[in-house]
Amino acid sequence: MTDAVAEDLHRLVTESDAIAAQSHAIVVEHLEKHYGDYHALRDINLNIPSGSLTALLGPSGSGKSTLLRAIAGLEVPDGGTVRIGDEDVTYVPPQKREIGFVFQHYAAFKHLTVRDNVGFGPSIRKQPKAEIAKRVDELLEIVGLDGYQDRYPSQLSGGQRQRMALARALAVHPKVLLLDEPFGALDAKVREDLRGWLRQLQSETGVTTVLVTHDQEEALDVADHIAVLNEGAIEQWGSPREVYETPANDFVMSFLGPTAVLRGALVRPHDLVLSHEHIDGAVSTVVERVVHLGFEVRVELRDEQGEQLSAQTTRGEAARLDLAVGQRIFVRPGQPDAAPAPTTA
Amino acid sequence: MTPSTPARLSLRTLALGYLGILVLTPIVLILIRTFEDGLLAFWASITTPAAISALTLSLIIIAIVVPLNVVFGIVTALALVRGRFPGRGIVQAIVDLPFAVSPIVVGASLILLWGASGWLGFIDEAGFKVIFALPGMVLATIFVTLPFVVREVEPVLHEIGEEQEQAAATLGASRWQTFWRITLPAIRWGLTYGVVLTVARALGEFGAVIMVSAGVAGQSQTLTLLVHARYVDDFNVYGAYAASTLLMLLAILTLLLMTVLDRKRKTT
Ligand SMILES: Nc1ncnc2c1ncn2[C@@H]1O[C@H](COP(=O)(O)OP(=O)(O)O)[C@@H](O)[C@H]1O
Ligand SMILES: [Mg+2]
Repeated sequence: MTDAVAEDLHRLVTESDAIAAQSHAIVVEHLEKHYGDYHALRDINLNIPSGSLTALLGPSGSGKSTLLRAIAGLEVPDGGTVRIGDEDVTYVPPQKREIGFVFQHYAAFKHLTVRDNVGFGPSIRKQPKAEIAKRVDELLEIVGLDGYQDRYPSQLSGGQRQRMALARALAVHPKVLLLDEPFGALDAKVREDLRGWLRQLQSETGVTTVLVTHDQEEALDVADHIAVLNEGAIEQWGSPREVYETPANDFVMSFLGPTAVLRGALVRPHDLVLSHEHIDGAVSTVVERVVHLGFEVRVELRDEQGEQLSAQTTRGEAARLDLAVGQRIFVRPGQPDAAPAPTTA
Repeated sequence: MTPSTPARLSLRTLALGYLGILVLTPIVLILIRTFEDGLLAFWASITTPAAISALTLSLIIIAIVVPLNVVFGIVTALALVRGRFPGRGIVQAIVDLPFAVSPIVVGASLILLWGASGWLGFIDEAGFKVIFALPGMVLATIFVTLPFVVREVEPVLHEIGEEQEQAAATLGASRWQTFWRITLPAIRWGLTYGVVLTVARALGEFGAVIMVSAGVAGQSQTLTLLVHARYVDDFNVYGAYAASTLLMLLAILTLLLMTVLDRKRKTT
């Protein structure tokens, strides 16, 4: 995102009252959900601070959407409570929750123009036509769709449709904004642009936002807090740095980034140090392949037990070591050019 | 294996000949017989009091049946697509039943149920005539046209999915508002198509209706019954042809409407 766009967004959001700044925490306690015999949510406890951008991260089928939909009221849980702000909304229908929800596949109202899509919520609330028109125009300017008022969703690109969906959700002054893989159906470039833009919009408006994603890079990039889900349970909750650097278990470790197995323990490939000399704690391996990925170099190795692992190093380090296929090399966990790091179990 | 050119040509000729003999010739013959005495004779024959009454009755039946089928069809389709209830398979089968049952059997079973000595015969005895009156003809027509709206709306509901409706709910719309503002506009083409099919079938229905109609000319004859009565009872062969042509014109009109709507549906 360019600085000009960012400044524009700042001006638009601060000048208009289209998005009222309000902040409500979301508290989920002992939430349970079954689909027949399938246990989709297991004792979910979550405390989402007001004004934060929280990511629900997990593999497909881990229950992210079910949890988000329970917060929205689109699914009724079997047990537990959901609170938004001061209110227990566990059995409040979605109509009364004052939320904004964005679906992965846009859920655009196909027979309505962009204007009527965005104005849908306010018109349900019987607001005066002139007021709705003004707010719709403001929101469309904020999401960068000014001038598209009279188009139909079929005449928009995927990214534009999703921005329209976001404007539509914001039009009702939601207490919280819930996004279910909003960029999942878009191509990589658009996804990255929208991600930065969402981050900015969220910090300008301060509306509590929950983002569902299965893409760990997206979660690390955009969120203040990450809840890592697996098989219907929360494995870890923390800041992006915490979940990446001090994963609670092997699942979180391997889900948040690439891993290598060294003496039976999981390590990040970039935390592996290669050397020609044997140092205490190092494992003897043979170089099988050296792959240059721009600045980074991936070195594929095989240890004496025949297990494969890959290490990640810099171009300079690779040149210094003068790596060649078939060469013997020692690997240990730690930081390069530092004293041998104490191995953390 | 692709057939050689002469073989292909003769296959085509055969297919076209088949269509021509079986479908086109009878219709053309009726048209020729109808108009060989000129337009005036045709006009006179379809504006007799009996003919006007038959046309009116057919239209009245359609006017009653279509709204009932629309409401019932939408509710049933919604239940079948969105609902999760036991016995859905049975409902699916019941909806298709009218396709399988011969119309004359429909008429007979309606008499068994509603007739003076039927299960619900007390209604007849209380003075509200069902069989051999308009209500009976409406019931018979509903029976034979019941699947059309359901079967046309169902796939559209499947296709649009539930997300638009859920989005409307999160934006504050009640179920009723969601239905009027989101669901109904989304299914409008399927619905229109179902209505057109209903109209065409209702116009042409004979077997079920003749069983439950009193068959009095100028009073309880629909257009199809008029054709039959003129031919069989009145030996008015020309009149039968003229009434047939009127029926066909109405059917062609409905077909045209359907084609136009189909084009429109594909472009929107
Ligand atoms: N309506 C439903 N009926 C039955 N099973 C469901 C339903 N919705 C979700 N599930 C199941 O619950 C699990 C979690 O689904 P979901 O929350 O959509 O996962 P995610 O969004 O993390 O991919 C999946 O195994 C899915 O098959
Ligand atoms: Mg999901």
